[in-house]
Amino acid sequence: MSLTLQNVSRVVDGETWISDVDLTLEPGSFNVLLGRTLSGKTTLMRLMAGLDRPTKGKVLMNGVDVTGVSVRERNISMVYQQFINYPNLTVYENIASPLRLAKLDKSTLDRRVRETAEMLGIESMLDRLPLELSGGQQQRTAMARALVKDAQVVLFDEPLVNLDYKLREGLRDELRNLFKERNCIAVYATTEPNEALALGGNTAVLHEGRLLQMGPTAQVYHKPRDIITAEMFSEPPINVVPGEVTENEVTFDQDVHFQLNNDLKMLQPGHYQFGVRASHIGLVPHSDDDLELPVKVDLAELSGSETFLHVRNPHFELVLHLSGVHEYEVDQEIKIYFPTHKLYAFDTQGSLVHSPARLVEA
Amino acid sequence: MAQITLKSLAHTYSANPKGPEDYAIREMQHVWEQGGAYALLGPSGCGKSTLLNIISGLLEPSDGDILFDDIRVNKLKPEQRNIAQVFQFPVVYDTMTVFENLAFPLRNIGVPEHKVKSKVYEVAEVLELTEQLNRKAKGLSADQKQKVSMGRGLVRDDVSAILFDEPLTVIDPQLKWKLRRKLKQIHKQFNTTMVYVTHDQLEASTFADKIALMFEGQIVQFGTPRELFESPKHTFVGYFIGSPGMNFITPELTDRGLEFEGQLMPVADEMVAHLRQSGINNIKLGIRPEFVHVWTEANDDAFEVTIQDIEDLGTYRIMSFRFGSIPMKARLHEDQKVPDKKARVSFPEQWLKVYADEYLLELPHE
Repeated sequence: MSLTLQNVSRVVDGETWISDVDLTLEPGSFNVLLGRTLSGKTTLMRLMAGLDRPTKGKVLMNGVDVTGVSVRERNISMVYQQFINYPNLTVYENIASPLRLAKLDKSTLDRRVRETAEMLGIESMLDRLPLELSGGQQQRTAMARALVKDAQVVLFDEPLVNLDYKLREGLRDELRNLFKERNCIAVYATTEPNEALALGGNTAVLHEGRLLQMGPTAQVYHKPRDIITAEMFSEPPINVVPGEVTENEVTFDQDVHFQLNNDLKMLQPGHYQFGVRASHIGLVPHSDDDLELPVKVDLAELSGSETFLHVRNPHFELVLHLSGVHEYEVDQEIKIYFPTHKLYAFDTQGSLVHSPARLVEA
Repeated sequence: MAQITLKSLAHTYSANPKGPEDYAIREMQHVWEQGGAYALLGPSGCGKSTLLNIISGLLEPSDGDILFDDIRVNKLKPEQRNIAQVFQFPVVYDTMTVFENLAFPLRNIGVPEHKVKSKVYEVAEVLELTEQLNRKAKGLSADQKQKVSMGRGLVRDDVSAILFDEPLTVIDPQLKWKLRRKLKQIHKQFNTTMVYVTHDQLEASTFADKIALMFEGQIVQFGTPRELFESPKHTFVGYFIGSPGMNFITPELTDRGLEFEGQLMPVADEMVAHLRQSGINNIKLGIRPEFVHVWTEANDDAFEVTIQDIEDLGTYRIMSFRFGSIPMKARLHEDQKVPDKKARVSFPEQWLKVYADEYLLELPHE
């Protein structure tokens, strides 16, 4: 079963929420919708589900036009941000509810409920009521209900947002594994680049109602088609520095410039936006052609196991993403090493014209 | 401004507690020093909200004392403690302007109007709200409203401490960066004791000079972000800090030393001797994925392991593998090459931590 959106737009009260989206999701695929708040993720999912109708365009399932078919007649489940369960039904009855509608025989129903509960690690909670469970267990119950009925399309709308990050880590891994063995289409909306990367599969990047790029997740990350995708699909966002290419040099400003290297030789003279990943800038040189830059520290942000170092020089600000814990004082003066052979180049319109070569292919 | 001391503090919601498991907060001694930037970090249900409510005065502890400087405040109400709080959702008066919102706590206690004005301008400047001062709060974005909430805590000179309860929950990921930076600057500038409650390690480590990590009603480690990462004092700290968390194996103490499924683990002789003497049964070894060394070729220190999966996380990759029967993870550089199915890994002794009854075992330094 494939799901195709053809030229789909949705306009609400004169405002365009989704604009000309063309998209095909293959059977058995795991698809991430990545976009900021209000980028159109939920709207697009509602169109996929048949909860809303497109203003323009078609929705096809397996090549058949289902644009006007309501959600009831499509085999679709959805999991929301809020944990939605029937509060007065036990976990067992919550999970069983979609099967009761399908009028399954008793023993098949019982087997399916228990299998699904076991898959999600809530088999010991079956007799409890949802409100007696922790947040993580409540969301597992909602997920079990979405997964129990063998839907052709399962839609997740930021399902882990309200959970502790350790729980999220665990559930994310489980989700990846759960869908490996299924032949349905999974669609998972998130605002977080790292969640998309951790989930793998394909990623579709949405921005202001438009689909910017769709492809295998690692490929979209490593070869973003334009500057907005590059910025959205990395946390911290990719550093962007304007520069000029002349016959034999790349110039950021009068103090910071370097010889054109083999990597960038193919660039025509002119103005570009150069992108450099936070993780590619170092505190020590990694290569002979790294550019040494004196900078001042704005802030060292620490996560448990990583450091995000914000620095600036008179002309631009940069963020470094370092493994391990590095402590710096605000305004401390340090040197950083800018990798001239790991630059992305975008033209003045923001389209990618060069991406750095990778040693390991995904 | 004050130092906050928790003296033999404990709290139970039960009328007749039978054991430690009935306590939301188990007996603790703790000091939040004046002017410090602290985080109270832990998963939901660990007791951090209970502790926050005890500090703010919403809850009276069932056992022990809470002191502000040397004064016992167990029975003082929140408003008598001069505590400012910033909650998950911004608390602002929509119909008032930003200026009026910021002036409110000062006008309430009768501060003369000229002082109100200078203080409000000072705080607005720091928070980058100067241009919004005359706008109604209603039209502000979520992050601006949250800044106004913070500003209300900052205008008063007499606050004992500012408590933050997951203040960035409703803020978009892209803006969280900026607000976290702002908070850090504010702390430097105002020198007020600040306690930031969160379940998010990134927020805790970014903001705080020291983190109190809570688990099952106890503070299992109080240390700098680096200490929590490099030498977790408890297995839970190893698991909870870092993403993915620490790998653990359960070795056996044999004649040869500490063995795991027939392989001898690199643990110092003195440590092994100490374990033999102490008779501790519950021994675990922990190593962070960042410190697992992955080799492409065989060498004396390396064990052969089976690779199960490699996740590309963009800036780095996570290799999942089986060490004997146990699944473990190692962090790889973006460009690091690994063989197909079998890899060789070693555990540098410095980073292989020994846990006895879940707590880090350290031998006294010579």
